[in-house]
Amino acid sequence: MVKVDGLYKSYGSLPVLKGVSFEVAKGEVVCIIGPSGGGKSTLLRCINHLEEPDAGVVEIDGESVRPATRNPLHRERHLNRMRSEIGMVFQRFNLFPHRTALENVVEGLTTVKKIPRNEAREIAKQYLTRVGLADKINEYPSRLSGGQQQRVAIARALAMQPKVMLFDEPTSALDPELVGEVLSVMRDLAENGMTMLAVTHELGFAREVANRVMFIDDGQIIEEGPPKQVLSNPQHPRTASFISKVL
Amino acid sequence: MDFDFAIVWKYLPVLAKGAVTTVELTALAIVNGTVLGLFIALASISKNWLIRSLARFYTWLIRGTPLLLQLFVIYYGLPLQMGIKLSPFAAAVTGLSINSAAYVAEIIRAAIESIDKGQMEAARSIGMSYFQAMRRIILPQAYRRMIPPLGNEFIALLKDSSLVATISMVDLMRTAQQMYATTFRPMEIFLAAGALYLLLTTFFTVTFGHLERRLAVYE
Repeated sequence: MVKVDGLYKSYGSLPVLKGVSFEVAKGEVVCIIGPSGGGKSTLLRCINHLEEPDAGVVEIDGESVRPATRNPLHRERHLNRMRSEIGMVFQRFNLFPHRTALENVVEGLTTVKKIPRNEAREIAKQYLTRVGLADKINEYPSRLSGGQQQRVAIARALAMQPKVMLFDEPTSALDPELVGEVLSVMRDLAENGMTMLAVTHELGFAREVANRVMFIDDGQIIEEGPPKQVLSNPQHPRTASFISKVL
Repeated sequence: MDFDFAIVWKYLPVLAKGAVTTVELTALAIVNGTVLGLFIALASISKNWLIRSLARFYTWLIRGTPLLLQLFVIYYGLPLQMGIKLSPFAAAVTGLSINSAAYVAEIIRAAIESIDKGQMEAARSIGMSYFQAMRRIILPQAYRRMIPPLGNEFIALLKDSSLVATISMVDLMRTAQQMYATTFRPMEIFLAAGALYLLLTTFFTVTFGHLERRLAVYE
């Protein structure tokens, strides 16, 4: 489903990703852990080309995310289509503050997928109901709690019916008591077969929900494997030291 | 003090006619300046080096020289040495539009750049194009932040439009000068003209105050 091969990215002279390769199968849930500055977020952002990788391949369902042509118009069109198939949830939610919860979800459906407005509203309502916000659809983001905002953001991404969902530290900006509601939505998604790639510091979530845990530091995958193995019995000293600090 | 209200009343209709011209000039300059300013603002944040440089050169040039000089170049310079003859009205509208575009561009650019980067990223991540994201997500939010500085800019523009009196455009200022020349009653004439300017600028203040409050709904 997702194939990443030899991904390199540097900011100026600072290398952030130094050749990252892995695959995620359909329906698989992969949690990425690691210290900050290690390249986790950059990796996710390279997958949907919010950051353009310097080298390497990202494929979704066998199709390269990087545009094959030089023509800027075709490049943009290709990227837009690929991105609409890759859902992304941000640490700071990034809801559109001038739009209600419903309009946030409707936006991509009408603008990108060209679905008629009324139909889009029905679809948006279904997804907001699914994340438990049926009674908040007409609220502006400023009137919602962080956990509610993040659930709207998840609904917004899901409504595009992506092939894979990327989560970039989705609970890091939340008050502790609001983390659970977001994780439970993510757990629900995983149980329903969504392919997911999540950068997270919630090791409990990784242990229970992930099929695989990947430890990334210094721009490389240091260790990966089933959560029990990586989290309880890490092979690499850097993994062990990170986990002991987080716990 | 020798102040005769009868003179104010007598010449007010003539001055009001001049004020209509001032309003026309300002309105046209606002519309042209805003449209042109939007394009210059978008150009000045373009990733293309050449487009960005041209836009920044424009604002640097126009903001760095006096409006009066720009009007003189257009009205006196163009016909004499370039063979481009403009009527006072056309020259006034051109000068004011070019000038306000530079200021409006800076206001729009600053407002766009004040919007959190995450907004563009979120819009792009669901597959919106750059221009869709700009039009539907970034500009509507930036719009609200532009309102107070735009209000200032339009008030300044309305007052600065009095400079067109120097290129034989019969606006409110020029009318006042002419009335003064025939009556030798500067206090009555100029205070009446001042009252009309005040009336017009107050209209902007009230309108923009209203807009600001109306657009505050989601915050």
